[in-house]
Amino acid sequence: MLDLIREFSPGLAILLTNPQFAFIQLLNSISQGMNLFIIAAGLSLIFGVLKVINFAHGVFYMFGAYVVHTVFMDWGAPFWVGAIASALALGVIAAIIERTLFRQIYEAEHLMQLLLTFAIVLIMGDLAKVIWGTEQYSVSYPASLKGATDLGITFYPSYRLMLCIIGPLILIALYWFAERTRWGRMTKAATQDREMLAALGINVPLIYTSVFILGSALAGFGGALAAPFSSPVPGMDATLIVECFVIVIVGGLGSLWGTFVGALLYGLVFNFGSVIYPNGQDVFAYLLLLVVLLIRPWGLYGKPEAGGH
Amino acid sequence: MPQLEVNDIHTSYGLSQVLFGITLDVEEGEIVSLVGRNGVGKTTTMRSIMGLTKPSQGSVKFEGKEIAGLAAHQISKLGIGFVPEERRIFPDLTVWENLDIARRPAPAGREAWDEERVYTLFPDLKEIPDRPGGVLSGGQQQMLTIARSLMGNPRLLLLDEPSEGLAPKVVENVRDQVKLLKESGLTIILAEQNLGFILYLSDKVHILEKGEVKWSGTGAALKADKSIVEQYLTV
Ligand SMILES: Nc1ncnc2c1ncn2[C@@H]1O[C@H](COP(=O)(O)OP(=O)(O)O)[C@@H](O)[C@H]1O
Ligand SMILES: [Mg+2]
Repeated sequence: MLDLIREFSPGLAILLTNPQFAFIQLLNSISQGMNLFIIAAGLSLIFGVLKVINFAHGVFYMFGAYVVHTVFMDWGAPFWVGAIASALALGVIAAIIERTLFRQIYEAEHLMQLLLTFAIVLIMGDLAKVIWGTEQYSVSYPASLKGATDLGITFYPSYRLMLCIIGPLILIALYWFAERTRWGRMTKAATQDREMLAALGINVPLIYTSVFILGSALAGFGGALAAPFSSPVPGMDATLIVECFVIVIVGGLGSLWGTFVGALLYGLVFNFGSVIYPNGQDVFAYLLLLVVLLIRPWGLYGKPEAGGH
Repeated sequence: MPQLEVNDIHTSYGLSQVLFGITLDVEEGEIVSLVGRNGVGKTTTMRSIMGLTKPSQGSVKFEGKEIAGLAAHQISKLGIGFVPEERRIFPDLTVWENLDIARRPAPAGREAWDEERVYTLFPDLKEIPDRPGGVLSGGQQQMLTIARSLMGNPRLLLLDEPSEGLAPKVVENVRDQVKLLKESGLTIILAEQNLGFILYLSDKVHILEKGEVKWSGTGAALKADKSIVEQYLTV
């Protein structure tokens, strides 16, 4: 039996016979999924409130990776200072973009919105080349997380372990913000009836700006966290934005919990898929998307009418 | 000086003009009713005052300050509350959360509205603070939407068809609650089609037709003149 499996997929045979290897694949899935969750959560949040699908989310991620390189590697600041700087830098960029450009297109048709965010992708992509050139940078791991941690059955890179922890922490923080704070409730109300909210004296445009800043800062922060293994380079945003779209569509656009589950599923499918069938890692992600879309076109945790105006 | 002066406002939705020069004054502490059949422009008049649909011409002054052209949230902050016809409770927020997001401090020298005071006026709401807005009955929604506006401590309340779609018993409740609001010193503009409701509460009445004021007078004058009711109100 095992020989048959080995014939079909050597990777699958190792997974079945070597628990340690399987466990490492599981942790790889979670850490990748959590890194993606941090970024995709921003995309989903922005869509949930502003109803704009921001194609520029990927270049925000790329800028995050470049900024941490500059602050941490070039200027010698601690890694975490660099990661926070990435989040802040993208927050500032987002504030400017929202106030000057996005504000014009909330009422516009989807095609206009799509064109505008795509224009931002092109402009910021070129801007990145002007600032950072076209070479690929390498970003070190933060000193305190360079080694591996003993988990009993196996050692595992401490940095990736940190990703497995920070993802759920960000989920909890976002959930707490949405459900337990007055700002979160106002944001929820803004998705339901922004005109009524305005009539109650609440500055809805300010909520929009804040949400866009928060969502974009998550892209910047996620880009910084990915930098040690993604090695900032032009074009890195293209794969990432596709991954994010798969995740938020699988999870259900605008659903925080759905994005979390979608990111985990993506990590699992991607990692186990590439072990079982090394030539087809991308296929598995699209297969996941296809299956979910066939069963639940609005995503695992989305609402059927979400996405329409 | 009247608290609110609406002077010759014209308002359109896109290309279709709906208001053709509405003028009205509202004194502090009064209940002024806008009366007329469906589609005459009562709601649009309120939306124009509130800044939700901006008048293309004319002026709206609140406590002497020009407010036409301000954003709705700015107008709200100046002290005008809007209770829409469709109630527009936030369905995914609980009763208490609906109240809480509208909370704003009272102007100096006025007794502030908070949950406690709102629950005193609408005891039904006190029983269900954790219920989602989306599952309330029509009467509960109407009370919550008024209560929600009160949390912002307005000095002028725009109350759009509060009796619509409610059982007669509930209509009476709402009517008495509006009366109590007037007695607390709140100025109210009331859009209504329920004649009993109008006559019970109104100091002044403006009858609208096709976006114009066709008749103005006191509540007592309207009561005395059956022909006006026949001409403008009965279908
Ligand atoms: N959003 C809108 N877009 C276009 N026309 C509208 C809109 N709202 C109302 N109208 C039209 O404006 C007119 C006045 O409506 P409205 O102010 O709601 O009247 P009322 O409140 O007295 O029933 C009606 O003919 C109605 O069809
Ligand atoms: Mg109306």
